[in-house]
Amino acid sequence: MVKIPACSKTMRQNIDKLPRTYLDNLLSKPGPASDPDWVPGPETISALESSKVLGAGGLGCEILKNLALSGFKDIHVIDMDTIDVSNLNRQFLFREADVGKSKAEVAAAFVEKRVKGVKITPYNGKIQDKDEDYYMQFKMVICGLDSIEARRWINATLVDMVDMEDPESLKPLIDGGTEGFKGQARVILPTMNSCIECQLDMHAPRAAVPLCTLATIPRQPSHCIEWAHIIAWEEHRKDEVLDTDDPEHITWLYQKALARAQDFNIPGVTYSLTQGVVKNIIPAIASTNAIIAAACCNEAFKIATSCNPFLQNYMMYSGDEGVYTYTFDTERKEDCPVCGNLARNLTVNPNMTLQDLIDSLGERAEAQLKKPTLRSEERSLYSQFPQSLREQTAPNLSKKLSELVVDGEEIGVSDPAFTIAFKYKLIFVS
Amino acid sequence: MLKIWSMKQQQQKDANAEGAGPKKKKVTAAQLRVQKDLAELEGTLGRTMKTSFPNPDDILNFTLTIEPDEGMYKGGSFHFNFAINQNFPHDPPKVKCTQKIYHPNIDLEGNVCLNILREDWKPVLNLNAVIVGLQFLFLEPNASDPLNKEAAEDLRSNREGFKRNVRTSMSGGAVKHENYERVIGK
Ligand SMILES: [Zn+2]
Repeated sequence: MVKIPACSKTMRQNIDKLPRTYLDNLLSKPGPASDPDWVPGPETISALESSKVLGAGGLGCEILKNLALSGFKDIHVIDMDTIDVSNLNRQFLFREADVGKSKAEVAAAFVEKRVKGVKITPYNGKIQDKDEDYYMQFKMVICGLDSIEARRWINATLVDMVDMEDPESLKPLIDGGTEGFKGQARVILPTMNSCIECQLDMHAPRAAVPLCTLATIPRQPSHCIEWAHIIAWEEHRKDEVLDTDDPEHITWLYQKALARAQDFNIPGVTYSLTQGVVKNIIPAIASTNAIIAAACCNEAFKIATSCNPFLQNYMMYSGDEGVYTYTFDTERKEDCPVCGNLARNLTVNPNMTLQDLIDSLGERAEAQLKKPTLRSEERSLYSQFPQSLREQTAPNLSKKLSELVVDGEEIGVSDPAFTIAFKYKLIFVS
Repeated sequence: MLKIWSMKQQQQKDANAEGAGPKKKKVTAAQLRVQKDLAELEGTLGRTMKTSFPNPDDILNFTLTIEPDEGMYKGGSFHFNFAINQNFPHDPPKVKCTQKIYHPNIDLEGNVCLNILREDWKPVLNLNAVIVGLQFLFLEPNASDPLNKEAAEDLRSNREGFKRNVRTSMSGGAVKHENYERVIGK
C-alpha cells in the first residue's frame, strides 16, 4: 500500500488545472476523427462552458462528477431520493452525516466545492414535476433513470418539444442504464433517430415467477416475499394502498413471508431482502455504473463541442461473461406512438361539432380516416368500439369542440386502417 | 450542436410542423396504445364477452364480462377488472376476477394464473391476447397451474365431481365448506 502525501497548496492548484489543460488541447486542434467543418479553439471551449445541461437519476453521482470534470460549468441535477445508509457503499459523494438529506442537494454542494468554477443547481423532486419551459433551458439531458416509466416520460416530453422553427428546441437525450454487470448507453436526438419508445421491446421485462408457483410451491425466499406482497396483502389489507417506504408495511410483509417460509422450510427471508424484493431493487454494481456514466458523459462532451462523432445510437455493454460490447444503430419505428407521428396543428372553428371534425378528418390527405376514435388526455371524445364505449361517447358527437377541448389541446386519433395514431393540436380560430 | 440542427433541417421534408401553439396536456403513449387495442377487440368480443367502463373518459380501467356458451362454466357471467398503468405496454394489465368463484386457476381473492399476465408478458402482446387467454381458462381450466389447490386437485382426481362442484358454486352454493358467489346470468 503506497501512502500518498496530502496535497500541498501548489500541488492542489496544479491538480485543478490538469484536466482542463488536456481538454483544452483536445478542443484546440482537429484530430483524425473530427468533422472537417469543425472549428476548434476558444469558441468551441466557450460553447462547452456555456452549455447548460441536466443530469438526472440513479447514476447521478457518476454523471455529475464526469460532467464537472469534462468542463461543463452550468449543470442542473434532479433527484427525488434522500440519502439512505445503503447508498453509502457506492454513491461516493455522500457521507454518513448526509443520511436523510436530499441526494441532489448534497451531491451538488460536494461537486461544486471540489471542482472549481462549476455551478450546480439541484432540484429535489421528480423529473415529472417540471414542464417544457423548464426543459427548454438546457442544451441536452443526460439521464441514468432507474425506471422505464420515467424514461418514457422524459423521452415523450423531449420529442414533443421539437419545433421546426427553433433549433434550440431539439434537446439530445443521453440515456444510461445498468443492471448488474450489464448496461447500455444511447444517444437520442428527439424526432431524428430512434427514441426510447421505439426501443421499448429491448427492455427485458421484470423477471416474474408464475403466480401459481408463489401460491402452491414456493422454492425460494423471494417466492415467499412475493406471495406476501401479492396475495397475502390483498387478502388481509386489501383496502390499504401498500407503501413500500412505510416500515410498518414492510415489517408486516416480512413477518408474513417469514411464516410462510417456515411452513415450506425455506431459509433466507430477511427484512432487507423483503425490502429489496418489494421495491424491486436491482443490485447496482458500482463499476458498471461508472462505465455507463462515463460513456454517457463522453457523448455529452462530444455533442456539446462537436469535436468528435458521437454514438449512433446504442451501445450495449455486458460484463456477465468476460466483457462484450456492441454498438449498433437502432431504427426508428414507423408506428412509434411517440415519434412516429408528431402532432400537427389543425386550425378549427371552436363552434364546429365533434361530428364535423370527424367528417373533416376523413378528407384530410394524410389520414382519410374512415372509422376514427378520438381522445384527449382527459376525455374519450368518441370511440368506435367497444360498443359500450361508443354508446357512452356518442352524445359528444353533437357537442361543440369548445365544450370538449380547450384551445391548443392535443388529441390522439386512431383508426383500424392505420397501425399508428395521428396527433393533432387543435388551434381555435373563430 | 449546430451540426445536429442542420441535419435535422435536411431530414425534415414535410412541412407539417407549423408554429407552436400553447402547450397542453398530451395524450399519453399508454392511452394511445389502449385505444388501439380496444378497437382491435371488435372481432373477439362477440356474443360471449363485453366490456363496461365505469368512467368512459378513463379507458385504462374497465370491466370485462365473460359469459361462456360452452364448457363447464356455461351459463355463468364472470367479471374481470382491468387496471392498466401508464407504463403499459411495458407492464402487463392488472386483471382480477371480482367474484368469488370455484376455479383451479383463480383464487378466492380473484387472482388469476395466466402466464401472459405475468411471467410471459411482452410489450408486443395486446389486450386481445389477454382476453382470449381469460376466455380459454373457462373452456379449459387446467390442474397444472393451480391457484385454488382444492379445485385443481378435484379436477385432476374426479372430473365429473369437479363439474358438479362448479355447477354448485355457480349457483351460489358451498363447495368443501367454502361459499361461492352466484354467477348464473339472466
Ligand atoms: Zn419513437
